[in-house]
Amino acid sequence: MSGIVIIGAGECGVRAAFAARAEGFDGEVTLVGDECGMPYERPPLSKPDANGATLKPICTAEMLAAKNIMLLDGVAAKHINREASCVRLSTGEDLKYSRLLLATGASPRRLTCEGGEHAVTLRTIEDANRIYSAAVKGTRTVIIGAGLIGLELAAELVGRGNKITVLEAGPVPLGRNVPQPLAQRIVERHLAEGVDIVCNVEVARISSRAVELVGGQLIAADLVVAAIGVVPNTDLAQAAGLYIGNGIAVDEALRTIDTNIFAAGDCASVNFSGLGLQRFETWQNAQFQGEIAGRNLAGASGVFRPPVWFWSDQYDLGLQGVGQTIGKATAQRTLSDDAKILFYLNDAGQLVGAAGLGVGNAVAKDIKLAQKLIEAKVAVAAASLEDPTTNLKKLLKPAPAN
Amino acid sequence: MANWIDACAADDIDEEDVIRFDHDGRTFAVYRSPDDNYFCTDGLCTHEQVHLADGLVMDHTIECPKHNGQFDYRTGEATRTPVCVNLGVYPVKVEGGRVLIDI
Ligand SMILES: Cc1cc2nc3c(=O)[nH]c(=O)nc-3n(C[C@H](O)[C@H](O)[C@H](O)COP(=O)(O)OP(=O)(O)OC[C@H]3O[C@@H](n4cnc5c(N)ncnc54)[C@H](O)[C@@H]3O)c2cc1C
Ligand code: FES
Repeated sequence: MSGIVIIGAGECGVRAAFAARAEGFDGEVTLVGDECGMPYERPPLSKPDANGATLKPICTAEMLAAKNIMLLDGVAAKHINREASCVRLSTGEDLKYSRLLLATGASPRRLTCEGGEHAVTLRTIEDANRIYSAAVKGTRTVIIGAGLIGLELAAELVGRGNKITVLEAGPVPLGRNVPQPLAQRIVERHLAEGVDIVCNVEVARISSRAVELVGGQLIAADLVVAAIGVVPNTDLAQAAGLYIGNGIAVDEALRTIDTNIFAAGDCASVNFSGLGLQRFETWQNAQFQGEIAGRNLAGASGVFRPPVWFWSDQYDLGLQGVGQTIGKATAQRTLSDDAKILFYLNDAGQLVGAAGLGVGNAVAKDIKLAQKLIEAKVAVAAASLEDPTTNLKKLLKPAPAN
Repeated sequence: MANWIDACAADDIDEEDVIRFDHDGRTFAVYRSPDDNYFCTDGLCTHEQVHLADGLVMDHTIECPKHNGQFDYRTGEATRTPVCVNLGVYPVKVEGGRVLIDI
């Protein structure tokens, strides 16, 4: 009997499996995942507790059993045969599907310089265990890439007594996804904690003892971590003749050009009418796209729409962002000396993005309300966003006119 | 036997909002609903032990400030991922403008 097959048992694949059941699908649901063991959350890998990286499962075996979801862990999908509607597994078996979801995620981008193989990357629990067991007190660690994961790791490892140097090819740290005023505050904190951050540098080669920059400078290193972004896992889809454009291309219903095959999460590039292909690499996106794809696998016709939310924790600072935060902020809300939110309005006065940084969860409530304001597409006045005494909830539910 | 503890004044909590209440080494979240009823749950999210008082109350839902898990604060039921374990809930009564909880 054929049913729903989901390739990739990460955040997205697991949510999709449960969502297909929630939609009432009663055929077989099979999750095929090449990692061993129960599916786990990735964010804690760069925000570990005192004992190192703890495995935080997304669900339990009992939860899977209760919904009659079959997990084939440690099994890779090798090939998709679209004519025969089946997936060839690494065990040699063929698995028939009526509907297929590709939730294959992304893999760390590799360094292409000489000796690049000396650098480790951080994506899996094995990667994390390798890093935390090597990075003992006094270890000289060089992190290549000052993005969110590189800097979260820097914060964690400096706290474990490592001497940290972060090398960034671009002109500023966190240049890709964090508004610069907030990024600067995060960087200042890193510097105060003793992390060295060097921008505008290119790595020439890596040996087992040092990183050499273009120009000749040598930085001694016991451990080198490459955190230079991820590339979507599209090989299977490409070999199956599906369209690829910075990810597996899907429409807003997360369906590929093959009506029985969907893609979601880090591997999927969504074609939004008017916006073109957009791929997101965040945890909540993986959940939401997984839920929509899962329901659609079961016959629903939901669509995925931005905004997408993300968070990052570094030291005691909590960063949260939602929507488009490009260019100069339209309004700034200061909640306290150490909590600030930037808002981005479009020409029609609608909120399109917000990002905030503060100690702990100081910005959380307002960022959630910002997300709702973006979704509601209501026009808001910059002045009311800036006034910290305005309850943003009131902007969402305007007082009834009398 | 009921053990009613005075948590706060009824108007210490805004409508459709939540505050933190600590007692005897334990921590709680006390809610006031949009229809002006009061509720009390465990203070910490069952996902990563983050205090829910920094979260957002909408209708009868509390959304965790950290990763947006949701609970129905009237019953403690976990209603949105990543949370899957329910919160403990405690009886509440309002007397003489004070919010009392049975913990
Ligand atoms: C260290 C780290 C920290 C992060 N921190 C944050 C954060 O703070 N905030 C945030 O918003 N996001 C964060 N993220 C990003 C977030 O974890 C990802 O966006 C999310 O995991 C994407 O989920 P996914 O299911 O699409 O992909 P993945 O989690 O990559 O899962 C895909 C799974 O599919 C498997 N797979 C691939 N190909 C095959 C195949 N052919 N056969 C079988 N299985 C296959 C993979 O091995 C993997 O297990 C972090 C990521 C990392 C690595
Ligand atoms: S700590 Fe509450 S959802 Fe993660």
